Amino acid sequence: MDQFVILCFAVVNSIALLALISLGLTAIFGMMRVINFAHGEFIMLGGYATVIANHAGVDLWLSMLVVSPLVVGLIGAVVERLIIRRLYGHLVTTMLATWGLSLFLIGAVTAIFGNTTLGVSASLGNIAIGAYSISAYQLFLIAITALLVVFSLLALHWTKYGLIARAAMQNAELAATLGVDCDRVYATTFIIGAAASGLAGALLAPISGVLPHMGAAYVARAFVTVISGGGALITGFLSAATILGPVEALLSYFATPVVGQASLLLLAVIILRLFPTGLSSLWTGGR
Amino acid sequence: MSGFPILATRGLVKRFGGVAAVDGVDLVVDVGEIRCLIGPNGAGKSTLFKCLTHQHQPTSGHVLFEGRDLQGLPTHRIARRGIAIKNQIPSIYANLDVRENIRLAALRRNLTKRELDSVVDLVLAEIGFDNLQAKRPAATLSHAHRQWCELGMLLASNPRLALLDEPTAGMTRDEMLKTVDIIKRLNARATVIVVEHDLEFIARLAQKVTVLHRGKVLVEDSMERIEANETVRDIYLGRKKDTAHAEG
Amino acid sequence: MLRHIKHALFPFALVLVALTGPFVLEPFDLVNLSAFSAMAIAALGLAFAWGTLGILNLGHSVFFGIGAYAYAIAVSNFGDSTLAVLIGTMLPVVFSLVLGSCLFFSRLGDVYLGVITLCVTLIFYSFMTSTADPWFHIGRVPLGGFNGVTAIPSLNMPANPQASLSTEATFSICLLALAGAHVLLSLVRSSDAGRIMTAIRESELRSELLGYDIRFYKLVGFALSAAIAGFGGTLYTAMMGFVSPSVFDLPQASQFVLWVIAGGLGTFVGPVVASFAFQLLSSQLGANQVFNTELIFGATIVLFVLLAPQGLQPMIARIANLKLTYRFGIFRPKEKAA
Repeated sequence: MDQFVILCFAVVNSIALLALISLGLTAIFGMMRVINFAHGEFIMLGGYATVIANHAGVDLWLSMLVVSPLVVGLIGAVVERLIIRRLYGHLVTTMLATWGLSLFLIGAVTAIFGNTTLGVSASLGNIAIGAYSISAYQLFLIAITALLVVFSLLALHWTKYGLIARAAMQNAELAATLGVDCDRVYATTFIIGAAASGLAGALLAPISGVLPHMGAAYVARAFVTVISGGGALITGFLSAATILGPVEALLSYFATPVVGQASLLLLAVIILRLFPTGLSSLWTGGR
Repeated sequence: MSGFPILATRGLVKRFGGVAAVDGVDLVVDVGEIRCLIGPNGAGKSTLFKCLTHQHQPTSGHVLFEGRDLQGLPTHRIARRGIAIKNQIPSIYANLDVRENIRLAALRRNLTKRELDSVVDLVLAEIGFDNLQAKRPAATLSHAHRQWCELGMLLASNPRLALLDEPTAGMTRDEMLKTVDIIKRLNARATVIVVEHDLEFIARLAQKVTVLHRGKVLVEDSMERIEANETVRDIYLGRKKDTAHAEG
Repeated sequence: MLRHIKHALFPFALVLVALTGPFVLEPFDLVNLSAFSAMAIAALGLAFAWGTLGILNLGHSVFFGIGAYAYAIAVSNFGDSTLAVLIGTMLPVVFSLVLGSCLFFSRLGDVYLGVITLCVTLIFYSFMTSTADPWFHIGRVPLGGFNGVTAIPSLNMPANPQASLSTEATFSICLLALAGAHVLLSLVRSSDAGRIMTAIRESELRSELLGYDIRFYKLVGFALSAAIAGFGGTLYTAMMGFVSPSVFDLPQASQFVLWVIAGGLGTFVGPVVASFAFQLLSSQLGANQVFNTELIFGATIVLFVLLAPQGLQPMIARIANLKLTYRFGIFRPKEKAA
């Protein structure tokens, strides 16, 4: 029975992890079709912001929940203004430019902070489940991820910004004729996406520490999740995370992490084979 | 002109979500015909064409080309069987020159190098392009020339059935007349089905006309009788009627 | 006729360097240039797949890496480099056919292809780094995890495994191989099959409607790019004497992409020149912590994408054409297909 609970926890954890790292990307890629290959680096920067702030004396929770999103949001604003704005509509070019950006950011962080792992600890202790124990921090992560997803859903459907953003995403020209400043909407969305990624990195920092190259582990999975999810913003990537996460987690557990990663990719390819525009075409009718 | 059908569709249906763009079409076209397909916007003409080339997968029904069912064939196999299409939006190789466009169309046929070159020269002459124009990238052509370039590609690929989706859209009257000539040349070697709106074009070319309405065949007849048909006029003008009931 | 001379210039220059280099250059430079050439050969594979066929293979390094490891394992097991080079060239082809048949279905967009191929090379990296345990071995060669495979014999005379080739001979071979790869790919590109591949890149729909089997041509082109990349991988490993999982990693994959972008997508000379230039730059930067390779390369990619999206070769070609037009009036600036 205990092992079953642990397994369930592992499954939910895997879904939450994929969801957390994909949330920011869904805003940027899902809404604007901007391929941001620097997504992993936004996560990385969020982690670094938390670690640096915390080491400088700022309270850990403040660093994670306030400092990191702000810092990475700011960086996102600069990136959008200088690079992304010129390339809207050109998918492949954006992909390449953000790839260059990701290398640049890795290089910059290596130059400033060096190549060793830095860390913080969020001592929340463990919770015992029979003979096993779960880290309470992981539970906190799951809870806050769920909160973020619900918050995004509400924001998208119940706020003015959400409405405008969805309109601009579906038909930018039409939205413009209705008085929507699409450039502003895109910039805002990009900043929000960056901030969300920064937050994800911050929340993950106590678990794995920060390293300049850590983004690589996240970018591939996040992209695969968002792409498999398809056009429906929140339900899309969430459904993809629900399928992909457990498969990777279980196979990593029973075989090796590499097998887990490979099956994640294989499953994504199969999903795309069956639903070329992503899973959400099942309920959105193929947008 | 023999009476053998080169194309026969039986109960062809194509649904997008809940909407049936093609709703049970039985169309029979004989070898050597020039058939015109007309109908108001949204009648399902382009969709029907795309179902024949499998650019869309038909939801149900059968398509028989030269007596053989096209079921399950990918687009390139259907093209190899001898069906060529000119889409509503000209799909040519914009960055390649006209000559290369035509050559690529003819390349798929098993011709010797000399035969290939002469086919390309012949086609260029048939669509009225001189050497200078043939060297220009297709993207720099005027709209009408682009249509002719694509028609040239069709000619060069030597199909037995040519589907032309609005070949004279956006053309002046003179350009339309030139297109009529090109299509007549095409008809010397292939059966042609044309979707068109231009009445003079249809009058000059068409033998039989099929009217499509809401995904179904409304009536098939000669152009004069179609023009006189009340129901056809109503559907074009959008006057409401309970059922579109064919007369005559 | 003049066009043929123009195209033969570059391989001819390479052959010249291949034959005269050993008399003019220091052994240290010969070794470096040999390694650079091997990388350039691999880059040509991507230049072909991406530039001619339009396959956005961001994980091109996977073919390079498979070739590299295959050579290492084969030569250490069999003792003869010729067979090893053959295996290192063919194995990536097999893998490319498997990968291609999973990926080349219509309606899978460029972007998705790029992401998936990138994931593939990263998975190989992941796997290779996990093979530290001696259990992971092929023949008498352990895969070695992070450390990879070491003490790899270099090229030998084809019939005589004992007779190692000298630095000078290896240098000439590497440069001749580069010239050969360039010529081969140029010939393929201007052949009928190559022109069909270009057409597929320009418009898949139109090509399908003309009756061409897109999947077939993509598989063939993909396999060719894999063979070239694998071949480069074998030469590289033969030069370096060792191979590690880093042949599969993100920086390596980025390099190939960078060289093709900077050199000019759609050209062959550009990426080769760019690969030499950047490899030279990289070796000058060395282990510089502040101006590290990622910083410089990343900034370079961004700048190129924003300022010179077509890379350098088209720019240079245009300038060259203008000068020649002015002086000789022979060449006309041509709207060449990309």
